[in-house]
Amino acid sequence: MISFLLKRLFSLILTLFVATIIIFILIEVVPGDPAAFMMGLSTNTDAADALRAELGLNLSAWDRYFNWISGMLVGDFGISYTYRIPVSELVLDRLTVSLPLTIYALILSTIIAIPVGVISASKRGSFSDTFLMGTAQIGVAIPNFWFAILLVLLFSTTLQWFSAVGFVGWEAGFFPVLKSLTLPAISLALPQAAILSRVMRSSVLEVMDEDYIRTARAKGLTKRQALIRHGLRNAMIPVLTILGLQFSFLLAGGIIIESIFSLPGLGRLVFQAIAQRDLIVVKSIVTLLVLAVVMITFLVDLAYAWVDPRLRERGER
Amino acid sequence: MRRLFTIFILSVSLITSASAQTTLKVGLQLEPPNLDPISGAAAAIDEVVYGNVFEGLVRIDENGDIKPGLANFWQISTDGKSYLFNLAEGVSFHDGSPFDAEDVRFSFNRARAQNSTNAKKYIFEPIANIDIFDPYTIMISLNQARPDFLFNIGLGDAVIVSSKSVDKNASQPIGTGPYKFKKWVRGDRIEFERNENYWGALPKMEAITFKIITDPLSAYTAMKAGDIDTFPNYPAPENLFLFNNDPSYEVEVGLTAGETILSTNNKRAPFDNILVRKAMAHAINRKEIIEGAMFGNAEPIGSHFAPTHPDYVDLTGLYPHDLTKAKAFMREAGYGDGFTASLKLPPPIYARRTGELIAHQLSKIGIKVNIENMEWAQWIDQVLRNLNYDLTIVSHVEPMDINIYANPNYYFGYDNKEFQAIIKKIDSSSNPEEISALYKEAQRKIADDAVNGYLFQMGKFGVWKKGLKGMWRNYPIRSNDFRDVYFEEQEGLMND
Repeated sequence: MISFLLKRLFSLILTLFVATIIIFILIEVVPGDPAAFMMGLSTNTDAADALRAELGLNLSAWDRYFNWISGMLVGDFGISYTYRIPVSELVLDRLTVSLPLTIYALILSTIIAIPVGVISASKRGSFSDTFLMGTAQIGVAIPNFWFAILLVLLFSTTLQWFSAVGFVGWEAGFFPVLKSLTLPAISLALPQAAILSRVMRSSVLEVMDEDYIRTARAKGLTKRQALIRHGLRNAMIPVLTILGLQFSFLLAGGIIIESIFSLPGLGRLVFQAIAQRDLIVVKSIVTLLVLAVVMITFLVDLAYAWVDPRLRERGER
Repeated sequence: MRRLFTIFILSVSLITSASAQTTLKVGLQLEPPNLDPISGAAAAIDEVVYGNVFEGLVRIDENGDIKPGLANFWQISTDGKSYLFNLAEGVSFHDGSPFDAEDVRFSFNRARAQNSTNAKKYIFEPIANIDIFDPYTIMISLNQARPDFLFNIGLGDAVIVSSKSVDKNASQPIGTGPYKFKKWVRGDRIEFERNENYWGALPKMEAITFKIITDPLSAYTAMKAGDIDTFPNYPAPENLFLFNNDPSYEVEVGLTAGETILSTNNKRAPFDNILVRKAMAHAINRKEIIEGAMFGNAEPIGSHFAPTHPDYVDLTGLYPHDLTKAKAFMREAGYGDGFTASLKLPPPIYARRTGELIAHQLSKIGIKVNIENMEWAQWIDQVLRNLNYDLTIVSHVEPMDINIYANPNYYFGYDNKEFQAIIKKIDSSSNPEEISALYKEAQRKIADDAVNGYLFQMGKFGVWKKGLKGMWRNYPIRSNDFRDVYFEEQEGLMND
């Protein structure tokens, strides 16, 4: 088990290192000068030059890469060009929105998807199976931003139950936060739930054909008992993979939903930073996202090992 | 399951937050990158802090007039070179430090220093000397008379800052204004509270919250859901009409200082040929553009000058929409069969919509326009900095910026000695009537030369809840000064 962990950890660090090089090079080749951008239509090139010196953009590429990496190793991500505050502060603020939203959306999507997947698999071919999977197909097809707009028009503009925009902030308390994240979480969760339930269904169907389920049935368990005691745990593996992917996707992939609800999330920060050439923010966030994806893959690997002891042993060999 | 879900939705929705009547909630589409008006060129900074947190020696009001600010009154020498300012007494910055003439000297010297990053450093370049006679009397001497100096020091780039707090103004702005900075949740909102120690008349609203709402449709839903009291500059002209029939809202379409133009690279063939530019001027149909791109909410212009200015001359009739004349000019220029040109468009929706219509209109005289959409950073790099473009569309939002045509290195590539002489005369004149006549001459000159395609003056689309008073109709400068804003109902309640 320990050598399995070490191996995974090593590949994690290597992935991160390679990622920083790729990110840095990509950002180097992006056209557009941050200082010129900040000066707008102004004709004053002196001011832009002074600003470039102030931002440290005059250094050589190698120096900038080195400063960036050595800063990150001690937790210093630099100062945002446009906001002029530490990038770490900026990102942490955004995470207090994006992380709860992602978790909220994933919980909703799991709560919906797993029962739907199991029900339609166990009643395969029945009306409820067709109905649930048909609905899921619609859920995959509907763009979430359109669905979000419908939610806003109904619950905010017409019924006025929810505020149409914004995040109340954690100082307002847990329930107001939950309330302000509810509509965005639903809009993010439904398409994910639709995908997840289809995966869950096919996974359960596959498991139910396995020999061990037949053995369990032969021992006298009902179909339902066999599914709950032996089937579900095995059926969870592909679902965990998808959940891991969805987590990293939702963390910064909700740009449109964040825009519709005017939420100060990570996705909008990246988008804005790219448009404003706040390159230090872009570099840092992309690196953090790589870290998040790698970490989640690592956690999912661990979770595999937890649900499937065979994987643990394989790692030890 | 469904019942549980309904109960969940209901219970979450019942948690309501108490809203205070004394807080004004303002919608903003663009978040300012920082809150220091002397550091950056972004109009969004001034839209938040100008007049509210920071004040200059003079203040530009809703009509573009110069009003006393931190200077109670001033005298200008007969040669127009010296300005004697008498400063308000008993003024302090939000951190408690007192304001006096030293702060003025500090602010101006900083702005004109060698390493200054002020986007409008040119305002301070004519300054020769700053002399302090006593803490509340300061004289600024210029190298030459500059009639626009007083207006310029009323801009956000010339506000007075304190040497103690200037380095932190980007995130913790400290000014002398009627509102002080409280909190900024980046990407979400900026909160101000009333400065109870304000030296002038206290504003009526106790607090102001700017909500950042980037999506145009969300701007609509936020207004309709009552989350926002006003959008001083509503980002979606296409659905403005939806508020017209709703008695709980008021819509006021005014003008900004933004001349929206089809900028033309005068250095590059075939646009260096005045006949081609004249042909294009005749091919442009302003009415169609304003209807199609701005949904009727803009005013046509024939030169680079704001229709709200007293010296404005209406030159829209100089090159009326006339395809026969346009084609004749094309033939005369030797382009009877037309040519191909690229049109590089920055991201704002007005530019993209206008660009499509322009491409269509120019195609009628044989100019095949290839649209290239780009990001701001790319646009600034290619168009503004390196003059690597044929045509582009942009709104020039700076007030009174016709002098940019006198700069031969500006991206228009317009190098005309006659025009440069006119601007030079304006800069050195101290006779208001002469200046007025010269401004009119300048407008005519660039219109005659068809330097750029002059399209429309950008509208300011104000939307607010009925009863909100004191909002600006126009944007002579980019500012939302809330000192005179109040809810009418609120006053009625207080009288009862």
